Amino acid sequence: MDKANEVPLLSEQDIVLARQLVRKKAQETGLSLIDQTKLVTAASELARNTVVYGGGGTMNIAEVARGIRRGLRLSFRDQGPGIPDVELALKDGWTSGTGLGMGLSGAKRLVHEFELATKVGEGTCVTIAHWK
Amino acid sequence: MAATESIHGVIADEARLKSVLDSWRRNLALASQSAAGRISEEELERQTREFLDLLGTALRGGSLDIAGPAWAQVRDFMEKISESRALQGFSSADTAAFVFSLKQPLFEQLGLDAGNDAKRLADNVWAATLLLDSLGLHTVKAFQRTREDVIRRQQEELLELSTPVVKLWEGILALPMVGTLDSARTQVVMESLLNKIAETGAGMAILDITGVPTVDTLVAQHLLKTVTALRLMGAECIISGVRPQIAQTIVHLGVDLQGVTTRANLADALALALQQTGAKLAN
Amino acid sequence: MSTQKIPILRMGQLLLVSIQVDMHDQLAMQLQDDVTTAIQKHGSRGLLIDISALDIVDSFIGRMIADTAGMARILGARTVLVGMQPAVAITLVELGLSLPGVSTALTVERGMELLQRPARGHG
Repeated sequence: MDKANEVPLLSEQDIVLARQLVRKKAQETGLSLIDQTKLVTAASELARNTVVYGGGGTMNIAEVARGIRRGLRLSFRDQGPGIPDVELALKDGWTSGTGLGMGLSGAKRLVHEFELATKVGEGTCVTIAHWK
Repeated sequence: MAATESIHGVIADEARLKSVLDSWRRNLALASQSAAGRISEEELERQTREFLDLLGTALRGGSLDIAGPAWAQVRDFMEKISESRALQGFSSADTAAFVFSLKQPLFEQLGLDAGNDAKRLADNVWAATLLLDSLGLHTVKAFQRTREDVIRRQQEELLELSTPVVKLWEGILALPMVGTLDSARTQVVMESLLNKIAETGAGMAILDITGVPTVDTLVAQHLLKTVTALRLMGAECIISGVRPQIAQTIVHLGVDLQGVTTRANLADALALALQQTGAKLAN
Repeated sequence: MSTQKIPILRMGQLLLVSIQVDMHDQLAMQLQDDVTTAIQKHGSRGLLIDISALDIVDSFIGRMIADTAGMARILGARTVLVGMQPAVAITLVELGLSLPGVSTALTVERGMELLQRPARGHG
C-alpha cells in the first residue's frame, strides 16, 4: 500500500514547503529524529537542485513498506538540461564551489537508497528512500 | 461475483447487520475473558460497526482481493486495531479473534440467504472464509510489526541505560564504553552523548574506551564522527583508555584521528579536562 | 516576496544574529547585506550566529554561513556559530560538510567568551 503526494518545485518557497512536508511525513512514518533530519536535509538538497538547475519540477513522496519495514520514498523530477557527467556530479564538490556537487553527493550519503536517472536535453529524476 | 454480492447483501441489510453485530460482539466477549475491561464495550461496539461499514464499502468494488485499492481503508483500519491491541499488551490470538469471531455470525446469515441452494451456500461460505482468513493474516502481521517495534525501542533504551553518560565535574561529561562496540550501539551512544551535551551545556566530553577490547574500522569511524559532531556543536572531546593494541589497529586501518586528543586512562583525561576548563575559570 | 528581515542585535563590539526562520535565497542575501553593513557601521569585532532554532542545515545554509563568516573576517570581525542542534551536527558530519573559518560554541554566552579572548592562530 503506497500513499503518494506530489508537490511542485518551482520557486524558493517551494523548497521550504517541500522540507516541511517531508518532515511531517517522516514523523508520521515513525522515523527517528536523526533519520528525519537526514532525510529532510537530503530532500532540501535535491529540491534545490530541481528548482535551480532543473528549471523547476516536482517532488513525489510515497510511504513504502518492505515486509515489516516502513519508509519513505521521494522522487525529484525535472525536464531540465540533464546531467552530462554523472560521475563528476556525484563527486564531493563542497570546497570546489557552487554547483551540483554538494547537493547530489551529499544527499546520497545521507539516505539508505539513492537512484539517479538523467538524459541530456531531457531531464533528471532522482529517487531516494529512507527506512525506519 | 455472486459471493461478493451475497456477503455485501448481509451487511447492507440493517436488520441482518444488527444480527451479525450482536452475535459477533457476544463471541468477542466470550473469546477474550481476560481482556474484559481493557477495551470498553462502547469502543468495541464502535470498532465492530466501523469494520463492517468499511467491509461493505470495499465489497461494492466487486473484488475479494484484499491487496487491491478498494480494500485500502479496511487494511488501514485493521492495522490501527492491531497496533493499538499490541501496544495494550494483547496476545496475537486475541487480536486475530477480532476477525475470526466474525465467521460464525456471517456464515449463519449466508446460510439463511442461500436457503436450499447448497451450491450457493458452499460458494459463499468458501469466499467468506478466504476473505476473513486473509484479513486475519493481515491483522496478525500488523500486530507482529508493532510488537517488534516495541521490542526494538526497549532494546535501544537498554542500550542507552547500559552506556550512561556521567557527569564528572561541572561542565565535564564522561561516557565509559564497555564491551564490544557495534555500529548500532555506537550510534545510539553517540546520539545520547550529544543530547546530554546540549541539555547540560557541558563543554567537555571524555569518551573512555578502556573497557573496549577491539575497535574495527566502522567503530573507529563512528568514534571519529562523534568527535567531529561534538566539535561542530562547540564542545571539546578527549578519548581516553586507548590501549597500545587499539592504537596499532587505528594506525593500520589508516584512520586519521585528525588531531583528536587522547589519553591512556580516564584519570589523565580528567586532569587534562580540568586543566582546560580551569584555565577559563581563572579569567 | 515578503519584506521579512532577520534582526541583528548589537551588544557593544559584538553583533548577534538569530536565525529562526526557514531561509531562502533572498533572505540569505539580505542577511549578508545587513550583516556586512552593520559590521562596517559599528566597527564590530565579533559576530555571533545563533542557529539553535534550526532543525535543518543543508549545504545552502552552510555555504551562506561560511560566506558570511568570510565577509565578516575581511571586515575585521570574527564569527562564532552557536547552538547547533545534535541532530544537525550528526547530519552535517555525515554530509561531510565542514565550515571553514567558523568557530563554534554551545551557547551565546560561551560564544561571547570565545570572542572576548584574543584570537588563536586561525579564526
